[in-house]
Amino acid sequence: MDLSKEGPLSLEPLDKILASMPNAGFSELIPILQKIQEAYGYLPPSVMMAASSRMGIAASRIYGVATFYEQFHLEPHGRHTIKCCRGTACHVKGGRDIIRAIRRILGVQEGETTEDMRFTFETVACLGTCFLGPVMMVNNDYYGHLAPNKVRDIIERYG
Amino acid sequence: MGEPRPLGKGLGEPAVTINGKALVGQTGQSILELALANGIEIPNLCYDARLSPSGSCRLCVVDVEGEEGPVCACTLQIQPGMVVRTETEELRAIRKTVLELLFYEHRGACTTCDENGNCKLQRYAYEYQLSDDVFEPPAGQEQRENYTTGNEALEYDTGKCIRCGRCIRICEEVQADSALTFKGRAASVEVTTAFDIALNDSTCELCGQCISSCPTGALYERAAKGKGQCKDLVRTRTTCPYCGVGCQIDLNVNPKTERIIRVTSEVGCIPNNGNLCVKGRFGMDFIASDKRLTEPLIKRNGKFEKATWEEAIKFVAERLKCIRSEFGADSIAGLSSAKCTNEDNYVFQKFIRACVGTNNVDHCARLCHASTVVGLARAFGSGAMTNSIDELKKAGCIFVIGSNTTEAHPVIGLYIKEAVMKNGAELIVADPRAIDLARFARLHIAQAPGTDVALINAMMNVIIAEELHDKSFIKERTEDFEKLEAIVKGFTPEKAEGITTIPADKIRAAARLYAKAKTASIIYSMGITQHTTGTDNVLSLANLAMLTGNVGAESTGVNPLRGQNNVQGACDLGALPDVYPGYQSVEDSQIQAKFESAWGEKLSCRTGLTVVEMMHAIEEEKIKALYVMGENPALSDPNLNRTRRALQTVDFLAVQDIFLSETAEYADVVLPSTCFAEKDGTFTNTERRVQRVRKAVAPPGQARSDWEIICEVATKMGYPMAYGRADKIMDEIATVTPIYGGMSFERIDSVGLQWPCPDKKHPGTRFLHEGTFKRGKGKFHPVEFVAADELPDEDYPFVLTTGRQLYQFHTGTMTRKSAVINQVSPTGYVEIHPDDAERLEISSGENVEVITRRGKVTTPARVTSSIEKGWLFIPFHFRECPANMLTNDALDPTAKIPEFKVCAAAVHLVRSS
Repeated sequence: MDLSKEGPLSLEPLDKILASMPNAGFSELIPILQKIQEAYGYLPPSVMMAASSRMGIAASRIYGVATFYEQFHLEPHGRHTIKCCRGTACHVKGGRDIIRAIRRILGVQEGETTEDMRFTFETVACLGTCFLGPVMMVNNDYYGHLAPNKVRDIIERYG
Repeated sequence: MGEPRPLGKGLGEPAVTINGKALVGQTGQSILELALANGIEIPNLCYDARLSPSGSCRLCVVDVEGEEGPVCACTLQIQPGMVVRTETEELRAIRKTVLELLFYEHRGACTTCDENGNCKLQRYAYEYQLSDDVFEPPAGQEQRENYTTGNEALEYDTGKCIRCGRCIRICEEVQADSALTFKGRAASVEVTTAFDIALNDSTCELCGQCISSCPTGALYERAAKGKGQCKDLVRTRTTCPYCGVGCQIDLNVNPKTERIIRVTSEVGCIPNNGNLCVKGRFGMDFIASDKRLTEPLIKRNGKFEKATWEEAIKFVAERLKCIRSEFGADSIAGLSSAKCTNEDNYVFQKFIRACVGTNNVDHCARLCHASTVVGLARAFGSGAMTNSIDELKKAGCIFVIGSNTTEAHPVIGLYIKEAVMKNGAELIVADPRAIDLARFARLHIAQAPGTDVALINAMMNVIIAEELHDKSFIKERTEDFEKLEAIVKGFTPEKAEGITTIPADKIRAAARLYAKAKTASIIYSMGITQHTTGTDNVLSLANLAMLTGNVGAESTGVNPLRGQNNVQGACDLGALPDVYPGYQSVEDSQIQAKFESAWGEKLSCRTGLTVVEMMHAIEEEKIKALYVMGENPALSDPNLNRTRRALQTVDFLAVQDIFLSETAEYADVVLPSTCFAEKDGTFTNTERRVQRVRKAVAPPGQARSDWEIICEVATKMGYPMAYGRADKIMDEIATVTPIYGGMSFERIDSVGLQWPCPDKKHPGTRFLHEGTFKRGKGKFHPVEFVAADELPDEDYPFVLTTGRQLYQFHTGTMTRKSAVINQVSPTGYVEIHPDDAERLEISSGENVEVITRRGKVTTPARVTSSIEKGWLFIPFHFRECPANMLTNDALDPTAKIPEFKVCAAAVHLVRSS
């Protein structure tokens, strides 16, 4: 990873997070990373390096945790995240067509972010709402019983 | 003797049955450790005795009666009455499955792998007769770019990695560098650095401990690749030629090419337990360097010309004889070497004393620990490390002052870290710089360079004021306490704050931490000794230890860390102008008589000159000839302009070395000698342990061992010396050196022996001064604070201090031949505080000129807050920016050690025109 590619980022949000959790150590690392991701949209390496020196936790250990969990992103993320289910139930109900529709509308593949940084598109193994299949989530909103022609309308609600 | 106890009834000794065999273990031991200790092999891949168990490879599964299923032998601690089976059909089947699963992700390219013959995975694959199809190349396991790409030291082959995590754990648990981690999950897991940055940009120190722990061929020394497979390499156990720790290393030689392929170390060996640093593992390129001297050289008309040994020896002998007859024996001086073996040093000083006829023999210990030898001898009666390295692990408090241990003595650094991280020791670091150890310290106090006495006096003031001193120890074992009390009474922490810049409360805290600990050990090095007040500093530390009763017991003591591999031995064997081997005074007529009868020659009773005095005596035309064996004063001595002028002026200069060093360039004759890997002998490490040096490869060209060359010169001069073999020299040493009386090659063959060891039955001495001091009572020496010789002023506003760094050793003659080291440490630098840098408009990497009254040096700046404002630091290893052009050659009045650590300097940016 080339740390220099990243523009200079303010460490103020990080400091606020750390101030809100005094004496946080390795066992609080996951909630802290979640908050950093919430504040910065992803986990910028420079911010994690700073977190490492401020918290006295080796950068390597932070990186290990950050790469282990699906929820953490080390690259800039879109303002909105679309998660489309590719579980068995959704698949049977035509989930593949929904995935194709999203790809076509956004012009990106799974795991990618649109150039305008508006959307990141991901697929997940199961959203746990098989009764709604085929289903996708945009941020924290569920959209069930989807059809390919409904996708564009939904996506356009998110600026 | 009491009744024999039934097995396992005693505390701490549970009895366990493994495969029907009754065994007695120790509480806390795992089943695997007990089995291995008793020669029962349980297959394992993720186990390393240096690490806490992780149970991740699942190969060491065993059956334990009462447990439901198989359990991991590495994570389960033994309990009394445990019944264990390690080999059942079911267990073998499980292990075979585990191995097959590992091979689905492991490229079984054993035929081309360097680890062939030493790889556990390979051995188990055979033992468990895995089916051939598991060796098909697995998909997606081709070598990919990773954190080691482009690194000179090591390479990581993801396709051979079995994800046991040993590399990550050793980096974190033993090295405390935490450079490595797993990234990702499931099948895509691999080892990497934080954010995949290049290894050299991470916290890695290139110790290569990860390689030493890797159970397969996934991690290896890049330079060793393809140079010989483990099964074909011949290993020779010897002692590392770098610092005074004395790590035991195995030189792995390919017998076909006669090259050293890699350096390994065996887990369990003393003193380093299989651990090595970057210099020990990657610093051996110099041995086979094409820059090695291979033939004698004689300078004619200003140019070196090749000569035969006969010509060269004759030339040296005749010149020395001629100068002796014209100017007397005291016009000749010799510099012996802390790099050479005990045998070389003994023969060299015998040559100077018995053949030449003078006590003008010294070596670079003068520049590092002369003040220790003098100071500790006065206070305790013996000038060496009082305790042993492994005792540090159990110390309640460790006070490190003036020692950058993790860089200068890296493996002792590991023990200190272990004491703190695993055993809860309180660490106090007193150093002007925020050295790496400060990370682990309860308290880091940054005294201004040259103010150690003030700090220690104030600590003692607090200890006495708060009645933390050990009154019974003082009463029974020491003298002159009242004198100390009188001096430190007025030395309050507030007074010391004004001198040292350390806040008074921190001095109090340090005093309390040290004094209240059950056992406290002082570690010091050249930050203490290399001052005009070096002896005072050492005496102060001795005072502090005696005041609190921290001498003469395990895990306590005053422990000077010796710099060179054999600086202890060179001192022990009399390469000093005032003592014969074993610190026996040359001015004592009885001792003189003893040596005269042993050596068959009349000896001088006049103390000779020390290193720097020799250089000054050349200026005064008192010294006409200098014989230098394996030293490099043209870079290592203070005030280089003056030193080099002396080397230039002296009538005759003979240099015996493995390279054409900066000093050799001034020589009239250069004699090529063998390095540690090409000779037999012994080194004595910093904990007084005499250890073997063994020949692993043939010397280059016509190079000869140092003692052989000296013997020939002596013989030619009319004093016949011949030994045939190095062990014969040690036998002679034992007869004239009481502290080495019990030493012989045979006795030290496996683990070495610590002096004092007066006779052949003596087991050696772990720590000194038990029950009584060597000199009888420990003597307090009250010490007044005296400022450094040269203090900053308007013209030279900075305090310049010099020192070492991890990657280089001494004048770099050996380390700078290593490609690995060159990659991370290509040249010197000056450290400067960000505020000073900003004021002088200096940025990191820009060339600056550092100037003192003695010289100037141009070097890149390194802006860092690890140094305080107003201070500068330059490492002294680099010939292109030699710190010693700047250093002060003012001497400690008693120990004659120069003040390398403090002088006044100015610095400014070099503007490119």
